[in-house]
Amino acid sequence: METADPPRPAAAGPGPGTPGGRHRRAAGPRPRGTLRRAGRLTLPYLLIAPTVLALAAVLGYPLVDLVLLSFQDMTRKQLFSGTSPPWAGLGQYRTILSDGFFWNVVGRTALFTVVCVAATMALAMLVALLMRRVAPWVRMTMVGVLVAVWAMPIMVAASIFRWLSDADYGVVNWLLGLLPGLDFSKHNWFADPWEGFAVIACVVVWGAVPFAAVTLQAALSQVPPELEEAALVDGARGPQLFRHVTFPVIKPAFVLVTSLSAIWDFGVFNQIWLMRGGQPEKEYYLLGVYSFIESFAVNRYSTGAAIAVITVLLLLGGAVVYVRQILTMGDAE
Amino acid sequence: MNNAPGPWPTAPPGRRARPRTRHRRAVANTLGLVFSAVMAFPIYWMLLTAVRPAEEIHHSPPKFWPGHLTLEHFRRALDTPTFWANVRASVLIGVGTVLVSLLIGTLAAFALARFSFAGRKAFVLVILGVQMIPLAGLIIPIYLLLSDAGLTDSLLGVILTYLVFMLPFTVWLLRGFIAGIPAELEEAARVDGCTRLGAFRRVLLPLLAPGLVATSIYALVQAWNEYVLAYVLLSSNDKQTLSIWLVSFQTSFGTDYGGLMAGATLTALPVAVFFAIVQRRVATGLTAGAVKG
Repeated sequence: METADPPRPAAAGPGPGTPGGRHRRAAGPRPRGTLRRAGRLTLPYLLIAPTVLALAAVLGYPLVDLVLLSFQDMTRKQLFSGTSPPWAGLGQYRTILSDGFFWNVVGRTALFTVVCVAATMALAMLVALLMRRVAPWVRMTMVGVLVAVWAMPIMVAASIFRWLSDADYGVVNWLLGLLPGLDFSKHNWFADPWEGFAVIACVVVWGAVPFAAVTLQAALSQVPPELEEAALVDGARGPQLFRHVTFPVIKPAFVLVTSLSAIWDFGVFNQIWLMRGGQPEKEYYLLGVYSFIESFAVNRYSTGAAIAVITVLLLLGGAVVYVRQILTMGDAE
Repeated sequence: MNNAPGPWPTAPPGRRARPRTRHRRAVANTLGLVFSAVMAFPIYWMLLTAVRPAEEIHHSPPKFWPGHLTLEHFRRALDTPTFWANVRASVLIGVGTVLVSLLIGTLAAFALARFSFAGRKAFVLVILGVQMIPLAGLIIPIYLLLSDAGLTDSLLGVILTYLVFMLPFTVWLLRGFIAGIPAELEEAARVDGCTRLGAFRRVLLPLLAPGLVATSIYALVQAWNEYVLAYVLLSSNDKQTLSIWLVSFQTSFGTDYGGLMAGATLTALPVAVFFAIVQRRVATGLTAGAVKG
């Protein structure tokens, strides 16, 4: 009877060993599992197959076609007769790249993108920081307004801003006329492309701030309060605290939103198209508009294609930053 | 010596801090309200212009409060011959795009969230990379492709094209939602005798429903707002979407801003309603996707 006691602790021994035991049991039905494993290997491919096929057919094929087209010389004639257009080699690129106007458009697009992205990100960052400091009801108001603006279709936004900047009855002219020494009555904002682009940039920034601000605000809510409190105790203040403590935490989201906005702004088309009533003047060409007009207004499809290819190549810079940021976030998981 | 300065640095801030933080809070609140007012003003101005008579629209100085109200502009907008046909086209294109992209996208998202397979990283790269391609750059070859297939001026052609541009985003967003649902739940269901499909249908799908709603409305809004492709692909007046209708409204009515703002309100209304319903989920889905890679 007394000797029965010692085995008990020994019987408890398998206790810690159970995970191993469970593991062996799970591995047990392996013979049956091989069939299932084969299914498991092909299943993910079956699942992504429709997506891959759709992307290949309606996106991959046109992308290849776009590149081919840019090495050909396609005009209206080939479009209607259905004959294949003659090859032009690098002819299209040579014509475009030696054209001063094209470089003008590239420079204009780059400047427009930089200005819009900088304004969007600065404003969105300030708003996101502000949203942490205000009273709850003010924050609710801000979120409500941001969502309402976010929901406005681009075409609606462009219409509104066209009305706001109207020469005769626009509110903007009236408001600026209130400032001493300024006369803005009957001022046409689109006579001077610099001023016209200022209005277009306003539409773009107005529409882009909500997404950026909401994303940055979500990122800011991930900043551990202890981190900032500790920095405060250590004597960090204001800008210092932001630069060395807060910003590093939200940097991934910041980079992500910046690269996304850059990509969107670089390819901007709708706002310009609508604000110029479907017939933008040459001074209002950005790369997207230029490529479109060359193809569909002038019917030089190959020139348009070559401009589009160059646009995509220029965009790759922004795209690399964006994709790398997302992938490094994935690796951190 | 070390202890002596201790009390006084803490005490004065304690006394001074309260009025100071209150003052700061007031400044922040004011800034927040000013920002909200400036951001909201264009929308307010659109609504106000849409419901006021022409004399008040063309009044200088502008009046910032509603005076007489009228539905005349809305009536004029609704009376344009193609309005309801355009609404129908927009709805058909939106719903068609969303249904197909959800069906296909959920499968791919499930594969991304639950399996590790060779080529997964390449697939993710493609999905992310496709979002970079500016739609305006691909109009020409897509137009040529669809004209070869006889799908220009057909809603199906537009749906197919939109589908491809929505799909990457749909997959990415849904992947985030699925990754947020513990895989153990499906495993438990399978231990209890569910098949893989049964576990997917009975366990994952109900939990995924909010994500599906959010994603679908986001895609719906995108389809609703798109302009260039629809403009190039659809030539018959009665097949065109509301965005095209709005633009043609602008050119045909010149500076009839009352009518234009009424049209803009009508175009924005469904989107605004849907967006209000789902924006929180979309925002969390985006950040979940961003954080969880």
